[in-house]
Amino acid sequence: MTNPKTGTTRRGALKTLAGGAAGAASLPLWARFSHAQSAEPIRIGFQVHRTGIGAAYGRWYGRTTEAAAKLINDAGGINGRPVEIVAEDDGTDPKRGAEVVEKFATQHNADVAFGTLFSHVVIGSAPRAGELKLPYFVVSEGHHVASGMLNRYTLQPGITDVKSQVKAMAPFVTENLGKKVTLVFPDYAYGHDHRDFFSAAVEAQGGEVLAKLAIPPSETSFTKYFPKIPRETEVLYHVMVGPGVLTFVKELGEFFGGRGPELFGFIDSLEAVAMDSPGLEFLEGSHFWEGMPRHAQPDQSEFDKYYRAQVGVNDRGAAINDPADVSTYGHMFGCWETLYVIKQAMEAAGYRGPQDRASLVEAVEDITVMPHSREHPQGPKVFNGKTHQVFGQQHISRVENGNLVKVHTTSIEDTFYPDEVDYTKRPL
Amino acid sequence: MEIGPYIMLASLEGAVTAAVLALTACGLSLVFGVMRVVNIAHGEFFMLGAVIAWWVAQGIAGHPALGFAAALVVAPVVVGAVAVAADVTILRHLDYDPERTIVATIGLLYIIQQLTLMTYGPEARPVQAPFSTRIALPWLEHGPEGWQVIWPWGLGTTTYKLAVIGAAVAVLLGVWALMARTRIGLLMRATQMDREMALAFAIPVERVYALVFGLGAGLAALAAVLIVPIQQAHYLMGGDPLLLSFVVVIIGGLGSLPGTVLAAVLIGLSDGIISVFFSPTLAKILATLLVGLVLVFRPQGLFGVRAP
Repeated sequence: MTNPKTGTTRRGALKTLAGGAAGAASLPLWARFSHAQSAEPIRIGFQVHRTGIGAAYGRWYGRTTEAAAKLINDAGGINGRPVEIVAEDDGTDPKRGAEVVEKFATQHNADVAFGTLFSHVVIGSAPRAGELKLPYFVVSEGHHVASGMLNRYTLQPGITDVKSQVKAMAPFVTENLGKKVTLVFPDYAYGHDHRDFFSAAVEAQGGEVLAKLAIPPSETSFTKYFPKIPRETEVLYHVMVGPGVLTFVKELGEFFGGRGPELFGFIDSLEAVAMDSPGLEFLEGSHFWEGMPRHAQPDQSEFDKYYRAQVGVNDRGAAINDPADVSTYGHMFGCWETLYVIKQAMEAAGYRGPQDRASLVEAVEDITVMPHSREHPQGPKVFNGKTHQVFGQQHISRVENGNLVKVHTTSIEDTFYPDEVDYTKRPL
Repeated sequence: MEIGPYIMLASLEGAVTAAVLALTACGLSLVFGVMRVVNIAHGEFFMLGAVIAWWVAQGIAGHPALGFAAALVVAPVVVGAVAVAADVTILRHLDYDPERTIVATIGLLYIIQQLTLMTYGPEARPVQAPFSTRIALPWLEHGPEGWQVIWPWGLGTTTYKLAVIGAAVAVLLGVWALMARTRIGLLMRATQMDREMALAFAIPVERVYALVFGLGAGLAALAAVLIVPIQQAHYLMGGDPLLLSFVVVIIGGLGSLPGTVLAAVLIGLSDGIISVFFSPTLAKILATLLVGLVLVFRPQGLFGVRAP
């Protein structure tokens, strides 16, 4: 009988050799990061909705973030230091969100926090980030950053906000679809942004909002709300989010039975849902806002192509290795672009460690133009340092044979609105 | 929409909710009635039924009805088997102690939920209905030419929703027949009435318990398979059915099948109608208030029998 404990086995020796070889292979990496003053990684706290109602988004925010972080590291990191993503699940829960932010600052020694999507979690977490003076880069679309509701340490440089989106799109809706609009929205901050800003934008265009239907976020059955839609409605504007959205869209189709108003929706309703899912046939001919067109368009930019390949997404916006795994394509570019903004600002500020957090915030505030590039694959953008909000083009797509076909792209200027806050005047 | 057709639509929607709720709550009531176990993981058995239905429907090519029919059989059986395994490996070792089984089933809830998240994922996934034709419904209106039939805008339902109601009624009748007309039902009722005496009469109480726990979970899974073509399978979908099942079971009286069904209809319809005309929050407030009132004035529930 052999005794496996004694002596050096051939297998053990081979393992050591293999380990050594792997170490040697990574030598160029050591050299690449060695010119930095410190080889300590830059730690980016990634607040991710891994569980809870935001989990489908969280999964793709995670994949996009990993892809961008890998590219940044392959290209030499930030200021010669590698980037390390420290992910923490917040359960899509505002209370846990604040705890996660706290954990980043005190336990993980994260340099910045980043990645939050759902607006109620952002609103729950941002005050703590401000108290801890931890730069907090949200990827949320909510207007709460630019409204002045939050603080100097909360920034949204990677995704546009609802107010600018609806302002840019309202003219398309009133000119092409109809002037009498009914809104259906989820009854919390994100939905209220839509209710307030879209109503104002439609009225500014000479349109009329007939009814505003608030639906509780946990609702699972929707038909009972639809009779409240006034009959003279020409356009139904819908922005539901969460796991119930597919039911919502299906029941809408069953309710109208093919003789309803024009539909204009936010792709949020169908993020992570395949357009050819059973029950969605009636969406044919309806319009959607898309932050970034999910289905590759004929005029696809080389940056979009590159971004898809790096994240692992095919031309239909689904995972390359699993076409049933549909991405949240209209939103997740925000993580990619935000990471590159963090990189750009850290390099401009000569960021060394947490003592430079204030100058990092100032460096982000100094950014103005972001050209369409591999770093900004969604399109060119303009950052407003005073309101901490980025502005960019918006897309409207029409469903044709189950494909999302881009029919309109707004200009960046279409999305501007007067500043509501000047965060740069607040203390750091 | 005019008030009459509106109420009719809300009632139809409420009836679908009530049908599914009645099945789920029956499972919960059965488990509590016979075993005296408060099964907190009941909602997760519901969710598991929906998720398995998705797997099965996904795996079977051809007409959607084939996949759905297979799911109708496979999901309740698999979920029932999981529940029997949980009973044999966990609950039996706790001697069905009321407090400890609550904690154990809470643990079971999280294990099932998180395993589903890890394997099935966070997406809400649809199962195609075997058939679903929209039916416009007529309404009578008194016009200048007397009573006439009109077809109000939006008043309609689908054949599938009607089928869900029918199927739930059929299954509930089946459960009633099982309890009242078969030998195994007799054993269950005997165990429910007096466990010690049942043991003395050589009823294999432990096997009856395992069977009841499996049957209860299977009913929840069956309800989920019926609802999954309307809603989607999602790993968090078990929360609401659990809460509502408890509400229904408390109002109807624990262990009372007719009470459970009546309470399910009451809660389902009132939820549909109140949330339409007032607010969904008010519907929840009233349901909770009703639970409170029942607990104060009639602790055994509307149809329950006071313990001797």
